[in-house]
Amino acid sequence: MSGAAIFAVWAGAVALVAMALAVTRPNVVHALIWVVAGLLSLASGFFALGAGFAGAVQILIYAGAIIAVFVFVVMTIDSGPAAMAAERARLATGWKGPLALVLLVLAPAVLGLAGAGGAGGAPQPVPARDLGVLLFGPWAVAVELASAMLIAALLGARHLARREGGE
Amino acid sequence: MTSGFLIAALVLATGLFLVGLFGLLIRRGVLFQIVSLEVMLTGPALAFVAAGAHHGDPGGQGMFVFVLVLAASEVALGLALYLRLSRHADTTDSDTVRELRQ
Repeated sequence: MSGAAIFAVWAGAVALVAMALAVTRPNVVHALIWVVAGLLSLASGFFALGAGFAGAVQILIYAGAIIAVFVFVVMTIDSGPAAMAAERARLATGWKGPLALVLLVLAPAVLGLAGAGGAGGAPQPVPARDLGVLLFGPWAVAVELASAMLIAALLGARHLARREGGE
Repeated sequence: MTSGFLIAALVLATGLFLVGLFGLLIRRGVLFQIVSLEVMLTGPALAFVAAGAHHGDPGGQGMFVFVLVLAASEVALGLALYLRLSRHADTTDSDTVRELRQ
């Protein structure tokens, strides 16, 4: 593996650890900070793979915009000591079944992929220009569908979050 | 010829997806479950970008953009539903929500 590929795999491993910490934190703010750490680490891996556009979008939209929306919503919930203790007590029970399920899915995936493994190989950088040509050429219909979905999500969120009395 | 880094990236992508699935199953707070769904979506995103880099194909990053659009729509609707749930039903627990049917 080339140096860039080794760095990308290392960054992905860091992201995996950060995400695992994120989903097991009792405090939602701590969970969000770990998610941001995982997303930024993953973005650095994307840069190392030569996917600069994906890395930049990951930082700007995922870690920037989507997590910022989460932080605004977090302001509305209470995360006092009582709520934290309740969350910890709930986390202490009922993790065995999900863990068994996860391992059941992970084992064949890892074994199957390890069997197909080869040596060497280097990531090939893809210029953002090629991506633009693809998105606004052959994939233009998909981009239009994506924009329609975003509009639908925007209107849906607006409708769901409206106040009853103010209509 | 499948290169070593693609195999490692696919294993990591599977791991990210399963970490999100694990969080979705062990959590009962709706907000934590939405965060776990976000974590689940990063797995396919990594798989697409790594496969695109392996083949030198811009399609991997193109699909990453669509994963991002999906994540953004899901967060917008999920958080709006969460706010409505906490405002009207005064609960954010998905086990309690199941008992709210009338």
